[in-house]
Amino acid sequence: MLYRENGQFKSSYAADQQMLPILQDRLFMAGLLAFAFVVVPLVASDYLFLSLINPFLILALAAIGLNLLVGYCGQISIGHAAFMAVGAYAAYNLALRVPQLNFLVVLVLAGLIAAAVGILFGIPSLRIKGLYLAVATLAAQFFMDWLFARVKWFTNYSPSGSVSTAPIEMLGWTADTPARKYLLLLGILVVFTLVAKNLVRSHIGRAWMAMRDMDVAAEVIGIRPVYAKLTAFALSAFYCGIAGALWGFVHLGSWEPLAFNLNLSLNLLFMIIIGGMGSLLGSYFGAAFIVALPIILDQIPLWLGIPISTATASHLSFMIFGGLIVFFLIVEPHGLARLWSIGKEKLRLWPFPH
Amino acid sequence: MKKNWSVYLLGATLLVGLVLPLATGASPVGFYIEVLLGGLMTGVLYSLVALGFALIFKASGVFNFAQGAMVLFAALAVARLAEAMPLWVAIVLATGIMVVLAWLIERLVLRPLVNQEGVALLMATLGVTYFLDGFGQTVWGSDIYKIDLGIAKEPVMILERLFEGGILVNKEDFVAALVAAALVAGLVLFFQKTATGRALRAVADDHQAAQSVGIPLNRIWVIIWAVAGFVALVAGVIWGSQLGVQFSLSQVALKALPVVILGGFTSIAGAIVGGLIIGVGEKMAEVFLGPVLVKAFDLAGGGIENWFAYVLALLFLLVRPEGLFGEKHIDRV
Repeated sequence: MLYRENGQFKSSYAADQQMLPILQDRLFMAGLLAFAFVVVPLVASDYLFLSLINPFLILALAAIGLNLLVGYCGQISIGHAAFMAVGAYAAYNLALRVPQLNFLVVLVLAGLIAAAVGILFGIPSLRIKGLYLAVATLAAQFFMDWLFARVKWFTNYSPSGSVSTAPIEMLGWTADTPARKYLLLLGILVVFTLVAKNLVRSHIGRAWMAMRDMDVAAEVIGIRPVYAKLTAFALSAFYCGIAGALWGFVHLGSWEPLAFNLNLSLNLLFMIIIGGMGSLLGSYFGAAFIVALPIILDQIPLWLGIPISTATASHLSFMIFGGLIVFFLIVEPHGLARLWSIGKEKLRLWPFPH
Repeated sequence: MKKNWSVYLLGATLLVGLVLPLATGASPVGFYIEVLLGGLMTGVLYSLVALGFALIFKASGVFNFAQGAMVLFAALAVARLAEAMPLWVAIVLATGIMVVLAWLIERLVLRPLVNQEGVALLMATLGVTYFLDGFGQTVWGSDIYKIDLGIAKEPVMILERLFEGGILVNKEDFVAALVAAALVAGLVLFFQKTATGRALRAVADDHQAAQSVGIPLNRIWVIIWAVAGFVALVAGVIWGSQLGVQFSLSQVALKALPVVILGGFTSIAGAIVGGLIIGVGEKMAEVFLGPVLVKAFDLAGGGIENWFAYVLALLFLLVRPEGLFGEKHIDRV
């Protein structure tokens, strides 16, 4: 009754091509943004920011990056934490060695460096695909793990191999409280989501999707595989590099070698699977799910009052995690984003059944 | 015929790398052979894990990420059961457990996902990996356990007269290699000579054709998972007896992935040869190339065997995407 496109006529091409064609969607989005920018910083506690909201925002960015590659271009990667590591260490070294750089500049440069590495590890995708590529990306994961743990220059010769970052300051504005960090992250995420949204509906996104659906056919109709695949790798690594830099600077503050290990890569993959492949909204859902799940699983024994040792609890949460992934794959292979769009379809017709 | 010069080039580089430490006299002959044998030994273990992997991929097209978790689970089961009963009973019991587990995985995870694309199946096995890791440690405990095969662990010095210093070998290593060889021989016999084995090969070649001549696909898949579970058990017992049973076992088993890449996904011979190449290659790289790198780039320690296998597989993929023994794949629109 309330949510429908009746009577909203498009009288120009611009109106026809807008991102949210339905007025109610635009209102909802405006409300959501207002809520995120104004209400959340006022009401959320520091604990909530640090343990839930800030990691969610960063991982959502990384999940969008991975989704560009896996969901839109169809190239599987189980080594994307490697690009996050590249971004984090690039940002660390840039901030350390060129201290006068603005943090945002550092971020973009770190992203660009990650993109270059992404192109390098994307080259095999021109010859191999599917599951073979998955193993090739594992090479990126393990090589980067090793590189940052062993080459002392990257960690500024710190004896333990762990690095810590300076507080983030831009033009006199310091991101020192959790709420300020949140605002910084949110701003970055909104901008990059907009960019990603426009990428995937422009010619480049369509080339990616054509590669994903059938690469040989895409080549026949004139899409250059080299260009499509390598841009997907580059942009995906760019997003993950920025997410990695944020993860290091804003969330962790200081990190050990192997902070960006295979587990993080797999978690990113789970995010886009559970959220929905080939959906930006799904990246958000997936990131929220994966960030919130362990926290909730940890709390359950406390609520129920069952005394479980922490080791057992972590094993149990592993089990539940694995079980849920399989469950999701079987019940809703298109992820939470599909549930959302089904809900929207239903809402359009509500309260009538057809 | 197309010249595969890039393959030859890669092979020649590897060969030169292999011979170089010996040729330049950088290492004593005895030590060199020890490293070689150690690499072969690790290679046998990689082969065993890769074998289970290749079996499942061949028969059902599932990229089974959970093979490492199955190895860990089987090893944990044997180690803990052996505390209460004789080893052979524990192994028999654990085999039973692995078969039940295989049946459950096929029934609960893969059958509902039949006809999904490869990625979804890979994810499902990732889920199974997490589940098995958690489940195994919940049921069996998460400490480090020992599997004692009752073989002397003291290294034996052989060929002392031939080389200076002789060669240190482990008796257990030889037993492990023998077991692996017996397992492979048994599998080959099973696949070539029994009716079930023929059915398995038929399914591997063409699911639909196999089904249309009356081969029950579901049962075949249970069998193949059970066989893979058994292979995982053997691998787990041997690894467990050498390294101790602990969580890292499931991580080390990830090395089976570059092995199957190198050997070709669907080939049993490829899994064996690939395992040996990777095992020897990474050991050699660690021992002989590692110190050179550390010196040249001032690294904080070697550890290049963590990535060497993957990068080797990656290079190999670039020049020969189908692997050593894999079938050439032709894409059509």
